[in-house]
Amino acid sequence: MTESRRFAILAQRDINKETFVEPWAEAGLMVTDSPYDPQPSLRLENGQVVEMDGKQRADFDAIDWFIADHGLNLAAAEEAMATPSLQIARMLADINIPRADVQRLASGCTAAKLIEIIRHMNVLEMMMGLAKMRIRRTPANQAHVTNWREHPALLAADAAEAGLRGFAEVETTVRVARFAPLDALAILVGTQTGRGGVLTQCAVEEALGLRLAMKGLTSYAETLSVYGTERVFVDGDDTPWSKAFLASSYASRGIKVRFTSGTGSEALMGHAEGCSMLFLEARCLLVARGAGSQGVQNGSISCIALPEALPGGVRVVLAENLLASMLGLEVAAGNDALASHSAIRKTAKLMLQFIPGTDFIFSGYSAVPKRDNLFGGGNFDAEDFDDYNVLQRDMQVDGGLKPVNEQDVLAIRRRAAQAIQAVYAELGFPAISDVEIEAATVAHSSDDMPERDLVPDMAAADRFLNSDITILAAVQALQKHGFTDVAKNMLEMGRQRVAGDYLQPSAIFDENFKVKSAINDVNDYGGPGTGYRVEGERWQEIQKIPQMKSPRQFIDAQIGEPSGKLVEIGPAVRGEQQEVVIAVGPAFGKAMTRTIGGLEHEDVLAAMLTGIALEGLVARIVKVYHSSDCAAIGHVGARLSGTGIAIGIQSRGTTVIQKRGLAPLNNLELFPQSPSLTLETYEAIGRNAAQYAKGQSSTPVPVKVDNGARLRLIVKTTLLHRRETEEVRVDQLPVELLFDWEPNL
Amino acid sequence: MTDPKYPLMENAADTLQAASGRLLSEITLEAAANGDLSITDLRISAETLRAQAEIAREAGYTQLAANLTRAAELTAVPNEELLQMYEMLRPGRSTFETLVALAEKLEVVYNAPVTGRMVREAAEVYRARGLLRRV
Repeated sequence: MTESRRFAILAQRDINKETFVEPWAEAGLMVTDSPYDPQPSLRLENGQVVEMDGKQRADFDAIDWFIADHGLNLAAAEEAMATPSLQIARMLADINIPRADVQRLASGCTAAKLIEIIRHMNVLEMMMGLAKMRIRRTPANQAHVTNWREHPALLAADAAEAGLRGFAEVETTVRVARFAPLDALAILVGTQTGRGGVLTQCAVEEALGLRLAMKGLTSYAETLSVYGTERVFVDGDDTPWSKAFLASSYASRGIKVRFTSGTGSEALMGHAEGCSMLFLEARCLLVARGAGSQGVQNGSISCIALPEALPGGVRVVLAENLLASMLGLEVAAGNDALASHSAIRKTAKLMLQFIPGTDFIFSGYSAVPKRDNLFGGGNFDAEDFDDYNVLQRDMQVDGGLKPVNEQDVLAIRRRAAQAIQAVYAELGFPAISDVEIEAATVAHSSDDMPERDLVPDMAAADRFLNSDITILAAVQALQKHGFTDVAKNMLEMGRQRVAGDYLQPSAIFDENFKVKSAINDVNDYGGPGTGYRVEGERWQEIQKIPQMKSPRQFIDAQIGEPSGKLVEIGPAVRGEQQEVVIAVGPAFGKAMTRTIGGLEHEDVLAAMLTGIALEGLVARIVKVYHSSDCAAIGHVGARLSGTGIAIGIQSRGTTVIQKRGLAPLNNLELFPQSPSLTLETYEAIGRNAAQYAKGQSSTPVPVKVDNGARLRLIVKTTLLHRRETEEVRVDQLPVELLFDWEPNL
Repeated sequence: MTDPKYPLMENAADTLQAASGRLLSEITLEAAANGDLSITDLRISAETLRAQAEIAREAGYTQLAANLTRAAELTAVPNEELLQMYEMLRPGRSTFETLVALAEKLEVVYNAPVTGRMVREAAEVYRARGLLRRV
C-alpha cells in the first residue's frame, strides 16, 4: 500500500505490470558481461583452431567445435583478434569506414571478441552501425498471419491484406499441428492474391516444415532454432550438424532458410552455464553462419520479456541485431512477441530497429489482432497499423508498410477468400460457403467468423499431406475458376524456386518478382546522402495516409455572410467617457463570421456588450486593421478607451482584457483557449472588463482547461490566423464600428 | 553454366532448367493448366544450385556457398530419404557406425562428398560429446 496518491497512480500504470529483476549471473539472468563469460582468444595451428575463447580444442563442446571449424573466417581471424575491440567498435560507428571492411574483420572474431566490441558501444552508435551493416539496402517487413479458428477464408483474406499493406514475407503457424498443410495453402493463395512475390512459410516441426516445402506450399523456413549452449541445443533436439544438414535439405528444394536465435532462450531452458545472454547469442550467430544460413531472426524473439526484465536488456537486443549484420547475415529483427504492457515502452524499443532499418524490421508484425496471433501476441498488431503508418510518415522512415484504403482492402480480401474457396472446391476439401467469404471480407478477427466444423477439415488436411497433391493442383484450380492472376503468381513462385535467386542473402521480391538481395541491392550506406533514402514515389506513398485531408477547406465553417449589423463609421478616436472598448481583429464579422468554437461573431459581441451593460457601462467597438495579433489588438483598444480598459478579440475568438500602460504582452486576463469559450464566458469577460473600468477588482473569469484543444485544433487555428492576417492593412488606422444591437437586460 | 550472372532469372532465363530437366521457358501457366507439369518441374536443379553457390562465394558469403554446394548434392536424394537422413543426424538417434554408413552412402550412392564429409565430422563430434544413440 502506498501513502502517496501519486505513487498509487503510478502503480496502476501499464509499465508496472512488468517484472523487473536484478542481474543474477549464475542463473544466466545477465544480458551481457557476465563474470563467467570467457576472455577472447584464438590460436591456430596448421590452419586449425586449437584454442578459442580460453578453451583448448580437447575441451571443446559441440558448439565450440562447430564454430571453430565452420563459423570463423580463419583468413581474417588473426588480424581481427589482434585489432583492439575499441577500434572495431569505432569502425562500426564511423561513416567513413565501408561496411565490407568491418564485415571482413568481424568474420574473424570469436564470440567473446564480438561482445567485447559491443561493450564499447551505446545504442546510438549501434544504430549507426546497424544502418551501415544491414546487408540489404532496402528495408522490409514480415507479417504474422494466423487465427485461432484456423479458418481458411480468414487466413487467405488476412494474408492478402498483408500483401497489399506491403509485407515482403508472411509467416503462419498452427494451433492444431495437423492443420499445417491447409494453413500454408491458405496464406500462399492469400498472399499471391494480395501482392505477387510475397514469400511465405508455415512454422511447424522441422520435418513437417520440410514436407510442406516439398509440396511447394512454402518458400522459406525460419524456425531452424539454434542455441548457445550444448545442453540447450540438444534439448532442442538438434545439433549444429543436424541443423546444417536441414538447412542444406531446404536449399536443395529451393527454399530460403533463416535460422532463429535470440537472447534469453538458454536461461529460459535452464542451461545458460552462467554466461551472459549476449555471449551465448554471439555463439548462436556463429553457428548460424557456420551452417550456411543466409540469415537469422534474432532480437530475443519469443523470450523478449526476459532481457527486458533486466538492466540494459533493450540495448542488448539491438546488439544482437548488429552482431548478426556484422557477420553478413540477413536480420529479421524480432519485435514479433509482446515486449511490454506499456505502449510507450514497446514503441521505444521498436525505434532501435525502425530508425536504422533492418532487412525485416519485424520477424513477424502481427497482421491480425492479438487474440488471433498464435505466435504469442506480436509487439505491434493489426490494431496498430495506422500508428505504424504515421510513424513512417512522421520520421520519413521506411518501415516496410504502406497506407491502404478500405475499399481496396475489402476487394482484395474478398477475392482472396473466393480464391481459396475455388481451390477447396476443386481439391475436394470441405466447402467454403459464400457466407464465410462475406464474413472473411469484413472480419477483423476470428470472432467475426461463423463456426466451421474442424473435423472434416482436419481429415482433409491429413489426406492432403499424404497425397501427391501439390501447389500445381491449386494453380490448376485457380486458373479453371478464373483467378488467372493468382494462378500466375503462384506458378511464378514455383518458377523462381527453379532459378534459386532468392536463396542468396536477404532476398525478397518486389511486386514484379524482381529479386532484391544483398547481391544486387547491396547496402552502400556511408553517411548522409548515401544508401537507402526515403524519397520520390516511396516517400509520396508513405505520406498519403487516408486520414490526410486538404487544409484548404479547413476553415469553411468559420466563414459566413458578412454581418449586416456591423458598419464602419469612421476613424476611431480616443474616448473620454466611462467606457470599455471592444477591439476586434481585421477579419471580424466580415471575412470571417464565426469563432473556432462555432460561435457567431454577432452573438459574441452581444454577449460581451451585455456583460458590460449589466455593470452599467457603455462600450465602443473598434476594428484594428494594422495587426491580427491578439495582444496588439487589445493594446490598441486600451489606448483608445476612455478608462484605459479594453477587450481585444481575434476573429477565431481568442480574447484578452487589457489595460492602458501595461506592456503589450502583459494583460489583466487572457483567454487563449478560444475553442473552450462559450457565450457565457464572453458575457463574464464583458462584466469583468467593466468592473476593471470602474476601478473595482474582480475575480478572474473561470475557463475550462482543455489541454487537448491545441492538439486537436492547431491546424485550424493556424489557418484561421492566416486568414485574419490576410485582412491586415498595415497603413490603415483603427476604425470605429456601429453595431446594430440593443441590450436585452 | 559458366560465369553465372545474378539474378539468374534475368540473365539465364533461356538456359535454366528445373530438376526434371524441363526448361524454365516451358514452365508456363498453360502447361500447368493442362496438367502437363509435375512438382519436379518446380524443383531447383543441382546445376543451378552450384551456380548460386558460385555467386555467393564470389560475393564473399563462403559458408552460404558451402551450404548451397551441399544442397546441390542433396538434390539427388529422394524426399523421404532426405527426411530420414535428417532424423539420423539428430542427437541420440544414431550409432557411430550408422553415421559413418550414412556418410558412405552419401559419398558413394549420391555422389555427395561435401555432405558426406560433414556427416563424418558429426560422427566424430557426437562420439566425443556423447551425442550418439546410447543403446
